[in-house]
Amino acid sequence: MDEIFGIPAPLLFGQLLLGLINGAFYAMLSLGLAVIFGLLNIINFSHGAQFMMGAFVAWMLLHYLGIGYWWALILSPLLVGLTGVILERTMICRLYKLDHLYGLLLTFGISLIIEGIFRNQYGSSGMPYRIPTQLSGAWDLGFMFMPVYRGWVVVFALFTCITTWLVIEKTRLGAYLRAATENAPLVQAFGVNVPRMITLTYGAGVALAALAGVLAAPIYSVNPQMGTNLIIVVFAVVVIGGMGSILGSVLTGFGLGIVEGLTKVFYPEASATVIFIIMVIVLLARPAGLFGRA
Amino acid sequence: MAGQSMTSSAVPAGPQEEIFGFTKAQFVALLVMFAALVVAPFFLYPVFLMKLLCFAIFACAFNLLIGYVGLTSFGHAAYFGIGGYIAAHSAKVWGLTPELSIIIGALLAGVQGAIFGWLAIRRQGIYFAMITLALAQMIYFFCLQAPFTGGEDGIQAVPRGHLFGFISLAPDMTMYWFVAAVFVACFLLIHRIVHSPFGQVLKAIRENEPRTTSLGYRTDDYKLVAFILSATLAGVAGGTKSLVFGIATLTDVHWSMSGEVLLMTLVGGLGTVFGPMIGAAVIVAMQNYLAEMGAWVTVIQGVIFIACVLAFRRGIVGEIGNLLRVRL
Repeated sequence: MDEIFGIPAPLLFGQLLLGLINGAFYAMLSLGLAVIFGLLNIINFSHGAQFMMGAFVAWMLLHYLGIGYWWALILSPLLVGLTGVILERTMICRLYKLDHLYGLLLTFGISLIIEGIFRNQYGSSGMPYRIPTQLSGAWDLGFMFMPVYRGWVVVFALFTCITTWLVIEKTRLGAYLRAATENAPLVQAFGVNVPRMITLTYGAGVALAALAGVLAAPIYSVNPQMGTNLIIVVFAVVVIGGMGSILGSVLTGFGLGIVEGLTKVFYPEASATVIFIIMVIVLLARPAGLFGRA
Repeated sequence: MAGQSMTSSAVPAGPQEEIFGFTKAQFVALLVMFAALVVAPFFLYPVFLMKLLCFAIFACAFNLLIGYVGLTSFGHAAYFGIGGYIAAHSAKVWGLTPELSIIIGALLAGVQGAIFGWLAIRRQGIYFAMITLALAQMIYFFCLQAPFTGGEDGIQAVPRGHLFGFISLAPDMTMYWFVAAVFVACFLLIHRIVHSPFGQVLKAIRENEPRTTSLGYRTDDYKLVAFILSATLAGVAGGTKSLVFGIATLTDVHWSMSGEVLLMTLVGGLGTVFGPMIGAAVIVAMQNYLAEMGAWVTVIQGVIFIACVLAFRRGIVGEIGNLLRVRL
């Protein structure tokens, strides 16, 4: 089992793993986008910037305060989520009566500000973030070496996605959320504090992005541009999957990550564009997206 | 589409005296604009003015789509950039005259717009914005890898050449008059489009698409044609820009360029005749004079974006028009 389709097995599995990791980030980010879009009807363009903030806050906690990875995994999403709550209360909440596109424009402006501030402070080059000692090293799986941290990212991302799905589908809070997505005024009439729910939902979506950022920090170098380039791909992922279904966006995210990884093996020139090409094909065949409601 | 439409004019509609399709106030503003175009190069640096005019063309083309049809493209850098690359390639490698180079660049941008528009109009609203953005990012990666674009270096040392084969455009003043002429032509063409029966249907789509469909118009066809026109004119802007500066680079196809043109149009006033031009002037001037502030320019742009969305949704020209109770 040294070669598969003429490709050395370690290379193939290595790229598959990389694809799975990228897919984990696509899944977590598109999940957050879908949750926010469901209730707020806003495409959160600053999602990428908030992902980057998550990574940076983790780096800052370690660098300035000596607080390590495990605490950052909790603190960073909380802090970034809090900034999300403030953003929603001060600015985004003023746009609900307007065209959806103003939300996109506003969050685009926010992402420019966040990115600009971090670029001023830390420059464009990346900051390294060490893998925590408990997760360093690699396992020998027989056919390839698997860095422990990469395995951890995939497992933890899956865990986060499934937890989010369970919260939305199986809990009372999730039921309120789904009801408010369908008909917010009616839910409010039943005595649920919908505006507070909207605020917290935005905060939670942003926290998800920040959590993905913390996970990404030891893999990619922490730099101000890490979010925006990713978020445009995530937009394509969202168009492919459709934002109607939580599980759908998770599946699409992981699936497209794997497809991207395979493309890197078989036709590297197209690896940067393959997701956009798939988007075109999906638009032609199923304009509403794979899991979307027409 | 729910909520308030992207552009709403506070000026009461009604029969107004028109001169070549311009209202009286617009005609006065038009004369001021012509005067400014003639006088400006004697007071300001011509290259700066040419940059401004190129972006004014770009913003006007963009406004045709967002302001009059209500379609928010987040990927107009793709057409601007391809127009620029193709024009630069035609002028440098094929040695074509500047007007032919720009036309070829614009035509290819238009073909690209036809394909992308055909794909994007399958979805509405924010999906439309995301699709155009993703397609533009695809073009960015294409330009990064394609051999003829020169990758990270771009196409450099593009000759300005001789207009019609015998008027040298090398002197900045000659080039300025050429660019000014291109701008005026594009400006008047867009005005003509908007005020044609075709343009009326576009505005109807912006106000209420289902109703326009029910009146018997194939709205998708109208949207597509508007998209192609907008992409072609964006290509003209890109081609002209690459000849002015003698360079076509990845900056022109980057998503931040799509954001910039959106900002220009928003600052000037969506759906206004003169807004995009004023917006382009404000943003280009800001970039020029604040260039030494580095990344803070991005922050300032972000702040302007937020201020426009939260407080000045009519934009500069829209607010002035509202104050004077005229439509500009």
